[in-house]
Amino acid sequence: MSKRILAAALLFSASLVPAYAAKTSLVVGMPIEPPGLDPTVAAPVAIREVTWVNLYEGLVRLDRTGKVQPLLAKSWEVAPDGLTYTFKLQDGVKFHDGSTFDSADVKFAFDRARDPKSTNAQKQIFAPIASIETPDPSTVVIKLKETSGNFLYYLSWGDAVIVAPETAENNKANPVGTGPFKFKSWTRGDRVELVRNPDYWQKDKTKLETVTFRFINDAQAQVAALRAGDVDAFPNLGAPELFAEFQKDARFKAVAGNTEGETVAGLNSAKKPFDDPRVRKALMHAVDRKALVDGAYSGFGRPIGSFFSPNHPAFVDLTSVVPYDPEKAKALLAEAGASNLSITIKTPQMAYASRSAELLSAMLAEVGVDLKIIPTEFPAKWIEEVFKNKDYDVTIVSHTEPLDIDIFARDTYYFNYKNDKFKAAISDAAKTTDEKARFAKYAEAQKILAEDVPALFLFQLPKLGVWNAKVKGLWENSPIPSNDVTEVTWDE
Amino acid sequence: MLRLIATRLLSLAITLMAVSLAIFLILEVLPGDPAAIMLGTAAREDTLAALRLEMGLDRPALVRYLEWVGGILHGDLGTSFTYKLPVSTLVAERLAITVPLSLLAILISTALALPLGVAAAAKRDGPVDKAVLVFSQLGVAVPNFWIGLLFILFFSTYLGWFPAGGFPGWAGGIVPAFKALLLPAVALALPQAAVLTRVTRSATLEVIGADFVRTARAKGVDRSATLRRHVVPNALIPVTTILGLQLSFFFGGAILVENVFNLPGLGRLAYQALAQRDLIVIKDIVLIFAGIVIVVNFLVDIGYALLDPRLRSRS
Repeated sequence: MSKRILAAALLFSASLVPAYAAKTSLVVGMPIEPPGLDPTVAAPVAIREVTWVNLYEGLVRLDRTGKVQPLLAKSWEVAPDGLTYTFKLQDGVKFHDGSTFDSADVKFAFDRARDPKSTNAQKQIFAPIASIETPDPSTVVIKLKETSGNFLYYLSWGDAVIVAPETAENNKANPVGTGPFKFKSWTRGDRVELVRNPDYWQKDKTKLETVTFRFINDAQAQVAALRAGDVDAFPNLGAPELFAEFQKDARFKAVAGNTEGETVAGLNSAKKPFDDPRVRKALMHAVDRKALVDGAYSGFGRPIGSFFSPNHPAFVDLTSVVPYDPEKAKALLAEAGASNLSITIKTPQMAYASRSAELLSAMLAEVGVDLKIIPTEFPAKWIEEVFKNKDYDVTIVSHTEPLDIDIFARDTYYFNYKNDKFKAAISDAAKTTDEKARFAKYAEAQKILAEDVPALFLFQLPKLGVWNAKVKGLWENSPIPSNDVTEVTWDE
Repeated sequence: MLRLIATRLLSLAITLMAVSLAIFLILEVLPGDPAAIMLGTAAREDTLAALRLEMGLDRPALVRYLEWVGGILHGDLGTSFTYKLPVSTLVAERLAITVPLSLLAILISTALALPLGVAAAAKRDGPVDKAVLVFSQLGVAVPNFWIGLLFILFFSTYLGWFPAGGFPGWAGGIVPAFKALLLPAVALALPQAAVLTRVTRSATLEVIGADFVRTARAKGVDRSATLRRHVVPNALIPVTTILGLQLSFFFGGAILVENVFNLPGLGRLAYQALAQRDLIVIKDIVLIFAGIVIVVNFLVDIGYALLDPRLRSRS
């Protein structure tokens, strides 16, 4: 009898011990819960951070260095005029519901996204498309109205993943894609669980059996969850002041990489005195970017001199174009007749924004500018007041979309910035299919912004990744907002 | 008694109607376009219009108000913009955490406060009384979220006995779910227990000094029987008042504790819905919170009548 109890006790305790050998589960922490799991109908980054290439796949994808790579399209040809793209699709691909993937699904997904009733957040991806033809199940021919240098790049985004006509309507709550993981459950407010897709077309691509995304908003709680081992990885830790401790701790790997988020203090160029380039330049001269990064992000963010991510191959470092020089700032302000300036900065609640605003206020005070902080709430109130009504002097926010330098070329954007030379450079870059020539155009555009200062270019938001030292294969930079776990393995 | 219940029920209904109107009007003037939030900063005007149409934001305010209230009267709380799920499903999931958390906290708080308060009053200025006073001073001074953080540091990070936060769901079994709720419940209970202890102590002291207690002792009832039969039942009336007030605090105060322990309760849902301007969810939750407070007050009123026979006859 007592033996039986002992055996039962042993069995019970064995079931409590996690299997350490060849671990095949991963728990990833994220600060924000996604509102729905369909990246083709809404903008929030959190949707992509769960689903991109894990659950859904596009014709192409970005790799960890930001380069376009084939995915559901195994190859493609671009006609010499740059207007016809012929994609050859992978064979043997199935959606998670068992239905077969073919060219009709691609046509459906893109037609759905560019429909007038669609709520796709990046419709400009599909704007150049004139027609989509499907000569056979494994071929898609897309004809463009005009050449588009970034067409393939944009097709790698979450907004352009391929969804099936039978299931697309329900993807928000019950996502069905072609990726290596399929949706298992969503405990709202707490976690989304994915499991390995046994029928995935790239056999043995992934080693993990289960992936759990847990949503932990409070920075202290994020740190506690990592330390207690409740989560294995936090690819975007919210507590820069505690990051250095993880760097010293051998149990963890802590990497400070780059996101696509350019943190800028936007200036309202339609409003006096910001319509005068000398004033904008003077304000930039007053900012010590290095000190700002130290104070606002514990030193972990790369200073930027223009509006382009260091992850992109066309990036140019322009921090020396308008360097920190308070004397020059004062001289320029005097020249523009804007000494004793009194202005306001609408500041959202994010820690990096409010800390940066305080530091900016102190730095501008040194050159005789009084910068008053007005708190606002992001996204709701900020979008209403600043983005839509353009009722502001200065504001501060990180722009996290990849390759979004063209926002300075949009007439209705909140900067109220109008520069024909810049617009020409951007529209040339967008049309140029030759990579080298396109990157040169982007370099020119970056330079125009650096000199003309439509916003104070501060720093690239860092990607503070912390994970268990035994976890291998997570990305150190994020050239696209995502948490690609398809190559993750555990060291024995 | 029946008349008391009837008048209280009528005022309950009127209060709820007034609250629903206030909630709707406040959210109408709150800045922030839910469609713009969903579509981000790259959205084009036609896309925004398409989403507003889908969300039904293009219709007049009065129509939306009547639809909302009418839906609730039919038991339909509407559909969340962000989750695309019925709000009733979302709220039920969250109540499955917030209600057990609050009840557990009330249980812990009452189980601590009543014996401590009575024991302290029984021997005024004795060692027990002094210890209880120190405990209650501390408990009142220390905020619950800070206690929560300390608990996490000690019991989760250092000892590893409890998860550092989150909730595994009831489907995973009672034990893990209970383990996830215990620390937050204690953190939530301690400050309230401190208040309740002091109230119990002073209420008990007051009754101990009353004439009828002296009479009871004089006719030969022993000390503990006097306490049990005459003092405690009479002291319970002010204690019930405070407990009733605290009940609503537990549901509201859970918001902070839920955040520290990362529990997906009703408070967290409210916070998230507000950030996303998921208007229908905010409206429903605020109404539910208000409803809980109003119903609890109603029950406390009835509770008085049960505890104190004099109130029954007066009404």
